[in-house]
Amino acid sequence: MTRLATLERPTREAEKTQRRTSTTKGGLLRAGRPGLVWALPATLFFGVFALLPLAFAVYLSFTSYNGIRLSPPRFIGLENWQRLISDSAVGQSVVVTLTLVVLAVVTQIPLGLLTGVWAAGPRRGRAVVVALYFIPLLMSTAAVSVVWGALLDPNFGLPSALPWLFGDGNILGNRTSALVAIAFIYLWGASPLYTLIFQGAARSVPAVLYQAAQMDGAGRVRQFFSITVPQLRNTMITCTILIVVGTFTAFDIILILTRGGPSGGTSILPYLMYEQGFISYDLGYGSVIALVLVVLATIVSAVMVRVTGYDKMAGTQEGL
Amino acid sequence: MHTRANLPGGILAGLWLLIILLPVYIMVRAALESQGAYTAGGPFAAPSEFTFSNFGLAIQMGFGRFLFNAAIITIGVVALVVVLVPPLAFAIVRSGSSWVRRVFRLMLFGLAIPAQVVVIPLYYLIDSLGLYDTLLGVILPTAAFVIPLTTLILTGSMREIGGELYEAMALDGASSVRTFLTMVLPLSRSGIATIVVYSALNAWNGFLLPLILTRSPEVTVATVGLNGFRSQFSVNIPGLMAAVILTIIPIFVVYLFARRSLVAGLTGVGGK
Repeated sequence: MTRLATLERPTREAEKTQRRTSTTKGGLLRAGRPGLVWALPATLFFGVFALLPLAFAVYLSFTSYNGIRLSPPRFIGLENWQRLISDSAVGQSVVVTLTLVVLAVVTQIPLGLLTGVWAAGPRRGRAVVVALYFIPLLMSTAAVSVVWGALLDPNFGLPSALPWLFGDGNILGNRTSALVAIAFIYLWGASPLYTLIFQGAARSVPAVLYQAAQMDGAGRVRQFFSITVPQLRNTMITCTILIVVGTFTAFDIILILTRGGPSGGTSILPYLMYEQGFISYDLGYGSVIALVLVVLATIVSAVMVRVTGYDKMAGTQEGL
Repeated sequence: MHTRANLPGGILAGLWLLIILLPVYIMVRAALESQGAYTAGGPFAAPSEFTFSNFGLAIQMGFGRFLFNAAIITIGVVALVVVLVPPLAFAIVRSGSSWVRRVFRLMLFGLAIPAQVVVIPLYYLIDSLGLYDTLLGVILPTAAFVIPLTTLILTGSMREIGGELYEAMALDGASSVRTFLTMVLPLSRSGIATIVVYSALNAWNGFLLPLILTRSPEVTVATVGLNGFRSQFSVNIPGLMAAVILTIIPIFVVYLFARRSLVAGLTGVGGK
């Protein structure tokens, strides 16, 4: 194994580890180092329950399978994939998914940034406010959805009490307002996370930068845009990635509140997949949509990693 | 630096606080009121009654069982993660083998796979193993999907242990097992606390995997139970809110006693 290590061109990560541990290299000090065996149980476990299913989705996508054990998946070639090309629901779902991702990013990043920077201030009372901000994080997405479902109820919720704000009150019955409502509920449930992350990052901005700016007569707004925002660039990138990946969890909100409706208006790809797989019991075609999702997610994350250099900080979470 | 009061910031922060707290107020108030009182007063009314009958109703609806199932799943997932992840993190930090580096890269890749995209083949796998509609069938994949991030967290935590400590252990002739048990584990306590909290939260709040991998009320978990409760009794808002509060209480207790680990676990970072 040591020979393998020298043959392989060391990656940047490896170089770092080697430099770090160079003092401990050498005969005696190889003692007490764990071998590959230590990594095996977790890796195998992860492989069986996460990677194997991913590979299996590829196989299922070429089969007809209705989820009943008595009639196992039947190979049907490219039929499911051909259906994908002519399925207008998929195209619509991609648009809905991207719209939700954009809505999530443009609301959650500014809100997290502003509240986080505010919370990073030294005043004592702010700690109490941040502790209260924290409450939605204690709730599961299912709980958040159920609470907002009650609040958006046309007869017993906010619309009945604030008709001037909510119009006819059937928020979840209209395609546009339903998607906006989903984005808002996602924002409500997830924002404390970004407040916390931005608070931590804002505290690590060197105070001397602000002192210098103050001496130069820069006002608070100027300081915010010229110091805080550029200093928190990496954090913003990290949070954007978390939000994009996290949009999958909006699935829970959608399943509980709208079931993809009205007329597919909130049917993001994960929901469309669920609907095909577990409501229409067409698990073969559901697998096709799952794979489309995997490909899209991989492209998005690869582009982001390339554009932002996230891979360099993923190991240490330095961006946070 | 921030010497003057920040008025615009304060207004914004206050406004958002209101948006956070209003639903929480309505939830708590509704849970403690009868359905008639809630309907009469509307969402913004001041508290007019105080009753625990909604919680009784939720328990009667089977919520005691749902909470118990969620607890079993949480314990199972935490146990698996605590057994599997520390040795892996130790190997990643200390082994120097190129294969272990590949495993680390695999975990980074694993971060990008959301559980949502593999539910269909997972259903097939769990069904083939004969674990459909069992708690174990939910525990296994839930644990698998928290492995990548918990590994990352714990690796960060173990990297903080100084090389000279390892040297001292090696000079004593300590085996890797002894080094791991007597030095690495005690020194990465806070990292382990973080991964415990993170995996417990994931297990307790998980929705999609139990939704797809179980069916009977005997193995329904709290989150899925909430969904079922809502589709049956969407009119009974006080009862629904009481059920929601029942699912939050355990996490709230953890928040009171282990705030630091909870925050680290929620943000999925730190643990140093």
